[in-house]
Amino acid sequence: MLANAIRTRGAVGPTYTVEDVKALSERNDEPQWLRDFRLNAWDTYESIPMPSRTDEDWRRTDIRGVPWAAAGQLVEAGDVSVQIVPQDTRQPLVGGAEGGTLVFVDGKVVEYRADNALSARGVIFTDLASAAKSHPDLVQKHLMADAVMPTDGKFAALHAALWTHGFFLYVPRRVKVEGPFHVVFYNRTPGTTLGHVLVVLEDDAQATVQVEYASASSDDPSMFFGATELLVGARANLRYVSLQNWNRTTTEFTHQRGRVGAEATLDWVFGVMGCDLLKDYINLDADGRGANGRISGFFFADKEQVFDLDTQQNHNAPLTATDLLFKGAARDSARTVWQGMIKSLPKMQKIDGYQANRNLLLSDDARMDGIPGLEIEADDVKCSHAATFGTLEEAPIHYLMSRGIPRNQAELMVIDGFFDELLQRVPFEQVRERLQAEIEAKIVGR
Amino acid sequence: MTATLEIRNLHARVQGEERPILRGVDLTINPGEIHALMGPNGSGKSTLANVLMGNPVYEVTEGEVRFNGEDLLAMEPDERSRAGVFLAFQYPVSIPGVTLANFLRQAINARLKAVNPESKGISIPEFRRLLRAKMDMFSMDHSFAGRYLNEGFSGGEKKRAEILQMATLEPTLAILDETDSGLDIDALRIVSDGVNKVMEKQVEPPLGVLVITHYQRLLNYIKPHFVHVLYEGRIVESGGPELALKLEESGYAMVREKFDAAVVAE
Repeated sequence: MLANAIRTRGAVGPTYTVEDVKALSERNDEPQWLRDFRLNAWDTYESIPMPSRTDEDWRRTDIRGVPWAAAGQLVEAGDVSVQIVPQDTRQPLVGGAEGGTLVFVDGKVVEYRADNALSARGVIFTDLASAAKSHPDLVQKHLMADAVMPTDGKFAALHAALWTHGFFLYVPRRVKVEGPFHVVFYNRTPGTTLGHVLVVLEDDAQATVQVEYASASSDDPSMFFGATELLVGARANLRYVSLQNWNRTTTEFTHQRGRVGAEATLDWVFGVMGCDLLKDYINLDADGRGANGRISGFFFADKEQVFDLDTQQNHNAPLTATDLLFKGAARDSARTVWQGMIKSLPKMQKIDGYQANRNLLLSDDARMDGIPGLEIEADDVKCSHAATFGTLEEAPIHYLMSRGIPRNQAELMVIDGFFDELLQRVPFEQVRERLQAEIEAKIVGR
Repeated sequence: MTATLEIRNLHARVQGEERPILRGVDLTINPGEIHALMGPNGSGKSTLANVLMGNPVYEVTEGEVRFNGEDLLAMEPDERSRAGVFLAFQYPVSIPGVTLANFLRQAINARLKAVNPESKGISIPEFRRLLRAKMDMFSMDHSFAGRYLNEGFSGGEKKRAEILQMATLEPTLAILDETDSGLDIDALRIVSDGVNKVMEKQVEPPLGVLVITHYQRLLNYIKPHFVHVLYEGRIVESGGPELALKLEESGYAMVREKFDAAVVAE
């Protein structure tokens, strides 16, 4: 209700100014290269018009009602501590054997642990603002230079100019990290944050990363502009899991891109439960010969949530394979869009691209769109796509009931089952259990 | 003694359709009795099984069904199951994402919770032991427990999984809807052995069984006390095991000849 009320009034676009950019650089005492980088990005931001529904990728989601002004204040962290973060979100993934842990509240680091043994092997895991000072060459080389570019869109440029916090993970050649890196972006104060993820795996490196986005519930609106950059070197192996559970008054605009080198593997799991409105670009680039990328996405929208997911799988080299599976459910008057595209550069032979989107519609008022697409400029390829839509079927529910299971529980089991294939791809038991609980809370309408 | 199942003048049709499928079925099954229900395709055998389980696809228009003296038709399918009715489906549906083990544990827990709302359910180790023992009864590989329910199961595996469920849930009335269809002779033996073991084990009250089949073959393994012929939605002939043999020899043509005239005259 609140979201609707807000959507009817306010500014027609973001209300940030170049003074916000300068103030941010000043407050963080940033190196000159970063100040220049931000100001250049600001110019780019100003040169790009606001998206509108006449743009193809914005055709299905109306952002005119976004509370630009009301949520336009950049969040400044006050006196915050890790205790603010709910216990189940911050509890260790593997009981203390993590490669590193980083927890932000309102953009401020409240908990930071990094395995010293890994540092000794050249692994860098720290918040992005610190990394920009301690490892300027590496950060400058990769920050929005290889994966997400400021020119990718209005909000990518805004993010480049105004990112408030984030983390940098760098794994040198041939270093294989077993323990996962766990990062929590938690917000308590309403307003705007812009969180950045920069993961660089050099050739033959290996790592697992789990990132969570969440915020305390609030009646006041918030905005989040995200960017995720995953750079996977030749023969490297990255497992990346990100889960978003913002409060219901948050609007998110995010650009994400994973780049996969020759014979390398990226296994990317992506889950969305929270926020009011989300527009997310998720790009997977198979850059090197024999690169292999998999994206598993799940989402569950209820009440008046709007999720607009735009995925692209780019085959930029021969013998590359990408595999995308997005499964979603919607109930109440929620709205979801998945629009996917598989592209290949000309003459990229022997590529194997797959995309599937499965939608489970749980109410008459919800609406789900699934729009697959292919643009392939080669002939010796294997590419296919599918989008399906279904409602809760009576036959499986009757089957479960015929064994003594009450109807509401039978429905829960069938919906849980729909998502199970994807939840199994989340490598941490306690995270799976938490997700299951969140799905169940949505099913029973809490 | 109260009958396990007492069906009186049961009429039913597919929800929303005019044409009746069951047109006055009468049948009584006492504890410990095995009844075979035979009949040609379309005679209403599966409809009867599904109506007894409360499948919402069907609608009862007349008649009554008592199960251990209680009004079965007034119960939801899950209540019927917990009261002791079991249907081995002819075509068990697959449920992606729900493992056989998880499903059976939930089914057991639903029973425990119905008796005692405070129940925490069966413990995982106890359940594991129980399930293993039951799987061994049917020569099922233990890896089956972790597979999604009926997903990618062969015909024989599905039927075995149905009987496994029956053995685990310990009903007082088991309805086997063409459990023999699609089974080779080995699978048929395993399945019928399973049914017989459950019968032996179930003494108080003894298990009542309704075996629905096209063929006499299954009845060599599960020996019925009574055989009934369903035709055009009614039981037109009842007898002992010899009736099944007679049908095997002469086919349903005999039934058709005898009863089509009566139906037309009606």
